[in-house]
Amino acid sequence: MAGLLFTAVESTALSTAEYYGKALCEIGEEHPEVVALTADLGKSTKIGMFGEAFPDRFFNVGIAEQNMFGMASGMAKAGLVPFLSTFSTFASLRSADQLHTDICYQNVNAKIIATHSGTSFGQAGSTHHAIVDMAVARSLPNLTVICPADGMETVNAVRAAYETPGPFYIRINRGFDRVVYPNTDYGFELGKAVEMRKGTDLTIIACGSCVFQAMTAAEFLENTDGLKVRVLNMHTIKPIDREAIEKAVMDTRRIITVEDHTVMGGLGSAVAEVVVELGKGCAFKKLGLQDEFAPIGHHEDIMSILGIDSNGIIDAVREVMKSDFELDDNWEDEV
Amino acid sequence: MPLTKKEWLALEKKANELRLLCLDTTYWAGSGHIGGGMSVMDMLTVLYHKYLNIKVDEPLWEDRDRFIMSKGHAGIALAPVLVDKGFNEFDQLKTFNHTNSKMGMHLDANKVVGVDASTGSLGHGLAIALGMALAAKIQGQDYKTYCIMGDGECDEGSIWEAAMSAAHYKATNLISFVDRNRCSIDGCTEDVMRLEPFVDKWTAFGFIVKEVDGQNIKELCEAIDFALENKTESPVMIMANTIKGAGIDFMENDYKWHYGSMDEEMYNKAKVSLDKYYQSRKARAEKEGA
Repeated sequence: MAGLLFTAVESTALSTAEYYGKALCEIGEEHPEVVALTADLGKSTKIGMFGEAFPDRFFNVGIAEQNMFGMASGMAKAGLVPFLSTFSTFASLRSADQLHTDICYQNVNAKIIATHSGTSFGQAGSTHHAIVDMAVARSLPNLTVICPADGMETVNAVRAAYETPGPFYIRINRGFDRVVYPNTDYGFELGKAVEMRKGTDLTIIACGSCVFQAMTAAEFLENTDGLKVRVLNMHTIKPIDREAIEKAVMDTRRIITVEDHTVMGGLGSAVAEVVVELGKGCAFKKLGLQDEFAPIGHHEDIMSILGIDSNGIIDAVREVMKSDFELDDNWEDEV
Repeated sequence: MPLTKKEWLALEKKANELRLLCLDTTYWAGSGHIGGGMSVMDMLTVLYHKYLNIKVDEPLWEDRDRFIMSKGHAGIALAPVLVDKGFNEFDQLKTFNHTNSKMGMHLDANKVVGVDASTGSLGHGLAIALGMALAAKIQGQDYKTYCIMGDGECDEGSIWEAAMSAAHYKATNLISFVDRNRCSIDGCTEDVMRLEPFVDKWTAFGFIVKEVDGQNIKELCEAIDFALENKTESPVMIMANTIKGAGIDFMENDYKWHYGSMDEEMYNKAKVSLDKYYQSRKARAEKEGA
């Protein structure tokens, strides 16, 4: 797609959602069939930027998420390409039946860009934390699920969603993400993990805001412990990059997943499914919410409390490095 | 255009054929939502044989009128209508609800030709229909979107979310119906969850409500004509007062026939009853038609 190459200079000035808003406006400029819907969260999700640019193609349906999803389904069936934005917890739970039936079952070309994902709206408490949305979204047939690492990746994900027919669920954070990519030109490909750092001792597979934390942890571990830790940015949760996971098992035999989400049903589960099906020995640990609700607080503080920040990841890596498992090169006896 | 006697009689004949086909489908399926199928059949007959601008040989024609069966369990009525129109093979009705059939009790738009939206989970249809209606406005198309809801379905909050939006967005190209048969699965609507004052509620939400006898083809046509000629900024809701199981005497107004099965004896009794019903309907058309 033609358009701006977003740069790091802007990324310090814009929140992740503002990047989304800009990217959507750019798509809307080129494609008159793109419409946008929100449920009284135009400003918070930044889909309102599209509304300011294209008021005739913007629908704020009020605080009525179920209706928003139904309307989007009807619009998509009539040839439009609706983008919908609300907070991730509402997009995945409040209107889950409409997401299931009107969007996924009917396989319509609607794009859900859900903001305030994970614990990024930490102070708002558990009613506004989205800790199960990837588990819900991942289990729905036809739905592609993406958890971008930062603003640049959000732009790439939004563009990919427009260019790829079918329903998408993209979860992005509230506020500013730590910069992972200086620009959008790093070879984003749907369903393909990005190798952020090479390594042979252990692989950290992360998504969203945990990618930056994983990279920080890996760098620290190399300097202090002499460990070569591979870091994969698994931005696409579904379809998952099986090849990258299988390679991580074979090359490093130790995997840690990190996500701002419950460990039940999200990234960790998706990776675990591939590992188990591969049938090869691998030390494995899932970082994230361990069947619990998160405390109230600033996002960074919550990540620290949950052990999904760089310090928590470092601890987990050291623990997993001590795991005892068969170290010979004979894979055949482990099948 | 006012309904002529000839047209009325032709629609009565078609409605009778479709009621019989719905009965057959229920019998072939082993069971089905026949009560609500019968109550909605006159609306379907009028829409598919007088109003809907659709092309059987081009089912996805961009400018076609849209129809959303929000009370998706009335698939047992819509499927015979779509087969009779020629959208789907007749033999598919004989496999209704059978394993691997294209036709299940809630029709799948990706499997059954002529279905504009897959419904079944209640309270979804009006929002989908509204999305289609607004899409027509955005894309400069003239098609109309019709939506039939069940009355029990209006217990769902999502219906009222969509109602609020339809009025807010002045979606006058959306023409809605409630099949007011006064029954849901567990009992009479007013016992399970009171809907009255039902017309007042729709009016308060910004609709112009036309209340008609939903088993009277002439009244249904007059109401649709009224909606098509609507020059206000408010959408029209046709409150069709109907009879659950209309035409089958032992089912009429009995909520237990929301879903049921028949043995051969009941099936034959139902056929006799439907014939008697048709004769009385025909006589009314002869008498009141012009």
